[in-house]
Amino acid sequence: MQEHDLAFVRAEMVIAQAPPRGETGLVHWLRKNLFATPLDTVLTILALLFIAWSVPPLIEWAFINAQWTGTDRSACATVAQGGNQPNGWTGACWAFVNAKFEQFMVGRYPIGERWRVYLTGFLFAALLIPLLIPRAPYKALNAILFFGVFPIVAFLLLVGGFFGLSYVPTTRWGGLLVTLVLSFVGIAISLPAGIVLALGRRSNMPVVKMLCVIFIETIRGVPLVTVLFMASVMLPLFLPPGTTFDKFLRALIGVAMFASAYMAEVVRGGLQAIPKGQYEGADSLGLSYWQKMGLIVLPQALKLVIPGIVNTFIGLFKDTSLVYIIGMFDLLGIVRQNFSDANWASAQTPMSGLLFAGFVFWMFCFGMSRYSMFMERRLNTGHRS
Amino acid sequence: MASQETIHVAEPRGSLLNDPKVRGLIFQVVVGAALVLLVWWIVGNTIENLRRANISSGFGFLAGRAGFDIAQTPIDYSSNSSFGRAILVGLVNTIIVAVSGIATATIIGFLVGIGRLSRNWLVARICTVYVEVFRNIPPLLVIFFWYFGVISVLPAPRDSIELGLGTYINSRGFFMPKAVWGEGAWLIAVAFVLAIAMTWFVARKARQRQMATGQQFPVVRTAIGLIVGLPVLAFLVTGLPVTFEVPQLSTFNIRGGWTVKPEFLSLYLALSFYTASFIAEIVRAGILGVSKGQSEASFALGLRQGQALRLVIVPQAMRIVIPPLTSQYLNLTKNSSLAVAIGYPDLVAVGQTTMNQTGQAVEVVAIWMIVYLGLSLTTSVFMNWFNARMALVER
Amino acid sequence: MAFFIGRRAGKGRRAAGIDGTFAAGRSREAKKCGEMGPAQRKGFSMSYKFLTGVLGAAALAFTASAASAATLDDVKEKGYVQCGVSTGLAGFSAPNDAGDWEGFDVDLCRAIAAAVFGDPEAARFTPTNATERFTALQSGEIDVLTRNTTWTLSRDTKLGFNFAGVNYYDGQGFMINGKNLPDVNSALQLSGAAVCVQTGTTTELNLADYFRANNMEYNPVVFQALEEVNAAYDSGRCDVYTTDQSGLYAIRLTLTNPDDHVVLPEIISKEPLGPAVRQGDDQWLDVVKWTLYAMIQAEELGITSANVEEMMNSDNPEIKRILGQEGESTLAADLGLENEWVVNIIKGVGNYGEVFERNIGQDSPLKISRGLNQLWTKGGIQYAMPIR
Repeated sequence: MQEHDLAFVRAEMVIAQAPPRGETGLVHWLRKNLFATPLDTVLTILALLFIAWSVPPLIEWAFINAQWTGTDRSACATVAQGGNQPNGWTGACWAFVNAKFEQFMVGRYPIGERWRVYLTGFLFAALLIPLLIPRAPYKALNAILFFGVFPIVAFLLLVGGFFGLSYVPTTRWGGLLVTLVLSFVGIAISLPAGIVLALGRRSNMPVVKMLCVIFIETIRGVPLVTVLFMASVMLPLFLPPGTTFDKFLRALIGVAMFASAYMAEVVRGGLQAIPKGQYEGADSLGLSYWQKMGLIVLPQALKLVIPGIVNTFIGLFKDTSLVYIIGMFDLLGIVRQNFSDANWASAQTPMSGLLFAGFVFWMFCFGMSRYSMFMERRLNTGHRS
Repeated sequence: MASQETIHVAEPRGSLLNDPKVRGLIFQVVVGAALVLLVWWIVGNTIENLRRANISSGFGFLAGRAGFDIAQTPIDYSSNSSFGRAILVGLVNTIIVAVSGIATATIIGFLVGIGRLSRNWLVARICTVYVEVFRNIPPLLVIFFWYFGVISVLPAPRDSIELGLGTYINSRGFFMPKAVWGEGAWLIAVAFVLAIAMTWFVARKARQRQMATGQQFPVVRTAIGLIVGLPVLAFLVTGLPVTFEVPQLSTFNIRGGWTVKPEFLSLYLALSFYTASFIAEIVRAGILGVSKGQSEASFALGLRQGQALRLVIVPQAMRIVIPPLTSQYLNLTKNSSLAVAIGYPDLVAVGQTTMNQTGQAVEVVAIWMIVYLGLSLTTSVFMNWFNARMALVER
Repeated sequence: MAFFIGRRAGKGRRAAGIDGTFAAGRSREAKKCGEMGPAQRKGFSMSYKFLTGVLGAAALAFTASAASAATLDDVKEKGYVQCGVSTGLAGFSAPNDAGDWEGFDVDLCRAIAAAVFGDPEAARFTPTNATERFTALQSGEIDVLTRNTTWTLSRDTKLGFNFAGVNYYDGQGFMINGKNLPDVNSALQLSGAAVCVQTGTTTELNLADYFRANNMEYNPVVFQALEEVNAAYDSGRCDVYTTDQSGLYAIRLTLTNPDDHVVLPEIISKEPLGPAVRQGDDQWLDVVKWTLYAMIQAEELGITSANVEEMMNSDNPEIKRILGQEGESTLAADLGLENEWVVNIIKGVGNYGEVFERNIGQDSPLKISRGLNQLWTKGGIQYAMPIR
């Protein structure tokens, strides 16, 4: 079709034209993402209305109107309620959180001894952070320090009674300290215990298998509250008459038992996903049961279920708040207990305290879930597409 | 173990102890014996402890007079009733909050889950924020949030917020008119049941006809017409047999009418909102789990978006969704035991009061365990049956 | 983990108990141990060493320890008294800002510590809620329950306790917010009210009985922990707070606006509050009982912490006897205590009246009047059995 005598051949590339105006920029983005269809438009408008209704009052409450400093409830109560704020005032009472901050962290730990808790916390962070960063050196040493040495040091520091450190009974522990100790010990116990239970459930030995199934299904079938009640009320009955048992330890046993059962099911999922050829290959190499599991099966199985394991950790971390029901004061419990402090009681106190506790819990749980996603990507060696 | 065959073919070497079968047997005997000893020891200790504490074991205490009152009694109960009755009230309260929580959580969860996949950027972001916030805080905190943060700062009964139509809300709960059914009201219930039966019949017939002839029948419209229409008809025919008891302000509180207590309201809202965030994730995973080819194929067949969703995508997504959904329902039921923290009289709270008053700790914990295990097992049996029905029928 | 667990004496006894016989008479066995002669004791310890050897591992697995029936010996061995107290009831038992326990019930515990060790500081406190208090005592976690606990027949028999006496005669009352409910001045006007009450207490049962007997309705709002009940009442979740009247006065102080609240005049029950110990240990019961009586007797005789030194030189035979200044007296030794045990109590915490006034009486914010708790000589019913 072309005319041959027209001898214009373009020697250089045409400069790429800008896309049509409707296909770029803010307008296009808005069109595509917010106003694609009439229904979308309606949804967008509803969503905008929702944001307009919820966000500005929240910001106003949490920041603009908030009371940041003060020494007692008068800072956070209106004149009608016996305080200094004008009537009709609502705002967060961060002064309450500020004044009680140390209590929220360590509970009623003796004031002169609190440096021990902070030192433990510092050691915890100093050992944990390099362990979490994949590129940090000396992983083996770090892991030994964290899992082997740190628990002993932390125990000696927190409980005391040695080397001139005075003994601090666990009844005086509280706040974030209790939450973290319960979660850390719970995680440290539940992971190995869960692996053993899962292996037991997949075992060929009927007695072992039955025991594991009964344990796992019973614990998973009942609420944590009843397990905690059992640990706190019934455990003393099971032991020889007159035996005493620290309440903190009882709660710890309850939490760890509960998490182990859930962990076992997660690990079992991983074990089931490993192809039979892996088991058979290990057997044909003449590996013993523990070699087979430890060298071939578990490394693959655990990698597969990292998200499940971390979800169980997150669940455990959140569940530690339930020890409040058996009369212990973890972070949530101590915040809750301080609502009834007449020095601070005001309409704004509960909400402020709960938001603070919620934020702390959220940070830990969200951090854990993000880190697990990061590890999952890193460890993905490409067996799964 | 797969390797056993080869071991037998080869000449057995070494001692009998190296035979995995024998070792397994010995190990099991040791574990079994250790367990029996442990149980024997625990039972012995418990008996001795109970004897020392003068607590008679057994469930005889259930027939004794309870002596305490319960705040929310859906079935007849007074302080003269027995402990057994009290625990039954607790169980009914647990079921009430679990069922209403499950219904609400499912609705919110499906909306949010679908919302997260919406092409609408704003809606998807809001839903993501919702999920990430609620999944990462403890349920107890959510309960406290509603109870102390929202409901207890509502005005006192004297300054109740009136919502119109005789409904009020204040720090003591939510008050609304109670319908008092007059004579002939049973006909309405009969009409309702009849309508459901007829709907089922019509749906069946319509399906048969579509299978045979390809002709469709507007089942949904008929169903709505029947289920709404028949009871309304019965209502009109029997001459409006209903009066409303409107809440009135008295010395202490609003009295009369139908009250939803703050304890229930907090627990119900908290469980719904908390569990919904998990259900949303399940729903999202379910929908993403249906391969894109399925929707493309259904569009190619000429199905509209709604039809494709209803007939192709959702049935397949449900298969992925149902097992984890079941465990979320069970979790919600189990989390309802957090009621004890705000004094909603559920099974655990009433059981705890019973435990305090009688000292029968072992029996009460046993009752809890049996009931929750029973609920769990019933739910899983039902869901397994449902799952089997929904499962892919492969040719 | 060993340190989480109560550090008690008697590891040997525990080891012996694990041999599977569940020796029903473990406690008796322990008691006998004290009665045996040196030769017998050697024989016992030999066999017990053998048992420990065999069962050492099993014993280690349960590094908990057994409290025997001889609580006094155990207490002396470990060096302090472990008392169960409330989780916080102003004036009776509550931690102060420094975290040290203070209050009327706490001082009774300190008095016991002073009687046993001569040192009121040799006491440790376990906060317990309404549920835990009984199991804590039964299991031996605490040695004595000095927590506002009502003496009832079933607790005495069925729960297996002994009450050592009554340190506070109380009765259940009602408190309302007088500012919101100016017209209410009697409990009989409370029909229809929402009532806050702590669950698991006799209070809960009395409340149900009282409203039933008077044909009134109410709406119970129950909580497990006292602080929860306080918070609920303070936030207006209920109209009425009911508990022991002493408790009402204490709680009123902790409310946001104490002056708005009034305690109604009706008392609907008898609530004798006293220290409880485990049944079957008469010696320890005696120690607790006579510590309380000594405090009351001291008030009656006019012995105070200020004048106890000079009183020791008194000529009054009764005062000499109680303060251990009567040469050949074996009163203290019979009780298993030091001769100057009463002196130590009075020096440590003061007499009953001093303790009352300091913690809950006129010298305290609670300002509870003595009422029934006045001495019998002054119109009350506090009456100590003679110390002779």
